[in-house]
Amino acid sequence: MTQPLKIANRTFQSRLFTGTGKFSSTTVMEDALLASGSELVTVALKRVEHQQGANDGLLESLNHPQIHLLPNTSGVRTAKEAIYAAELAREALETNWLKLEIHPDPKYLMPDPIETLRAAEELVKLGFIVLPYCHADPVLCKHLEAVGVAAVMPLGAPIGSNQGLTTCAMLEIIIQQSSIPVVIDAGIGKPSHAAQAMEMGADAVLINTALATAPDPTMMAIAFKQAVEAGRIAYESGLSPIINNASASSPLTSFLNTL
Amino acid sequence: MLFTEHFSHYNWDKEQRSIYAKTEQDVLGALNRQTRGYEDFKALISPAAIPFLEQMAQLSQQETQKRFGKTIQLYAPLYLSNECQNICTYCGFSLDNKIPRKTLTAVELLQEIAAIKDMGYQHVLLVTGEAQQQVGMDYFKRMLPFIKNHFAHIAMEVQPLDEEDYITLRKLGVHTILVYQETYHQEDYKLHHPKGKKSNFNYRLETPDRIGRAGIHKIGLGALLGLDDWRTDSAFTALHLQYLEKHYWQSKFSISFPRLRPHVGGLEPKTVINDAELVQLICAWRIFNRDVELSMSTRESKTFRDHIVKLGITSISAGSKTNPGGYAVEPQSLEQFEIDDNRSPAEIAAMIKAAGYDPVWKDWDPALQFV
Repeated sequence: MTQPLKIANRTFQSRLFTGTGKFSSTTVMEDALLASGSELVTVALKRVEHQQGANDGLLESLNHPQIHLLPNTSGVRTAKEAIYAAELAREALETNWLKLEIHPDPKYLMPDPIETLRAAEELVKLGFIVLPYCHADPVLCKHLEAVGVAAVMPLGAPIGSNQGLTTCAMLEIIIQQSSIPVVIDAGIGKPSHAAQAMEMGADAVLINTALATAPDPTMMAIAFKQAVEAGRIAYESGLSPIINNASASSPLTSFLNTL
Repeated sequence: MLFTEHFSHYNWDKEQRSIYAKTEQDVLGALNRQTRGYEDFKALISPAAIPFLEQMAQLSQQETQKRFGKTIQLYAPLYLSNECQNICTYCGFSLDNKIPRKTLTAVELLQEIAAIKDMGYQHVLLVTGEAQQQVGMDYFKRMLPFIKNHFAHIAMEVQPLDEEDYITLRKLGVHTILVYQETYHQEDYKLHHPKGKKSNFNYRLETPDRIGRAGIHKIGLGALLGLDDWRTDSAFTALHLQYLEKHYWQSKFSISFPRLRPHVGGLEPKTVINDAELVQLICAWRIFNRDVELSMSTRESKTFRDHIVKLGITSISAGSKTNPGGYAVEPQSLEQFEIDDNRSPAEIAAMIKAAGYDPVWKDWDPALQFV
């Protein structure tokens, strides 16, 4: 019903991207992700068993033809560490797609703009499809675009906070200026936030905490799926403009017609 | 500035009085605030908060699930040595205890590693006493390369070291360092640590600063609950954490809850922290600080641990042996402290699952720690 989303060489029917952390079990996670219809699922390298002979239940549960893996570098603090981790992730998960996350601050997990830009430039040269997690900073997003990332992933609010689009004014500018897909990542706490992001023209959203910590993650996944679809349809079909002032029933200037 | 300077502005007796003077109103204020400070923490650990325990538990569970999800991290302690030059009045490894002393050789270490890995562990906590000759930096430098290849995450709970040593350990793959102050009561600290390097209160108090300056990823704090008034010691630990979070913003922090319990022939605790109070303390920590990791050892009973995993704890050990060689080399030797919960890691993992949580065996990767 809506236009498919193209990032790099891949086309997505679903604009709902998901994460794999915080779920109460891999079975609960698998059920929720399948219900969400998500086709791009991010996995932290730190959670992956990549040693020879190791059996990884997490990866097994994500082994579905429609699901593409997006390894992330969560845990690194510098560009150097990110590049090293990315090389390992590419080999271990057999994909050159990468969600670049560099947060030297483990408390709020705030992305480091300087190191992220530095790493993105290098990783693009190394042949990665880079999707950087970044601040809702319009200038930074343009810089990232210039070094060749495949999409930008600005935050809606601090990660895991469920606060919604607290960076709304900046996100609007990013969406307006960007010539690559904009994926709103972090802070989306409920389906209405996701719908709001999509109505604004975001190309996709990434949801993790709001699904994983919901009392019923599968039902919440369905709710997010529908919200993302509704928001996108609304965006594509065109929203009616917001009218701030009521039209006066006795216009002040109507006397001009009588002159 | 180091923590010792910040600490010098506080007085034990004054803090203690202020905790015990907290009222129901203070507790309600602490529960209802969005952002909580040190005074709120004091209210939450005060006797005035005891009637609010259920409310605190609900709030703690909510905050924990929001930040950490429905997951519990598993780790195993690996005792490298029970050699110790310190006298600590409460510890089984104390110099004046006439027990057989042992330090693992490389071959023994590999046997212990194999046994721990067989149980499924990827996160290991290395523990020693304080004996510079037998288990100083030279020993660590020799042994860490063996350990590094086998685990995703290495934590250490050893004697306080200098900043350069912590940098070396980080480069050797150590991710987390735990150093407990035991007590923040300066005079009583001296009574309990009359001999050895550990008797230097300030050197120990400044240890987390040195760890932070060395860029260690995670720093563990704690007080030995019961050695002195547990409430006041916990308040000082909170003060310490607040200071460290501001100064070493790139490090994560964890809090542990070792409690001293009355037992025949052992040191009588000055104050006994009972089960309900320990729950109160754990919940107070979570409500005070949403991001700090809270860790629970096998010192606690089966029933207590079964319930506490839902109340704010983020990591637990299981199947622990607290004697060097305890897993494979010399299972019968004397332990540092008695284990209460003897269940195997598989049984603990099953318990975690039954509680609706995912037991996490791997949550770090050496690849992320580029040095």
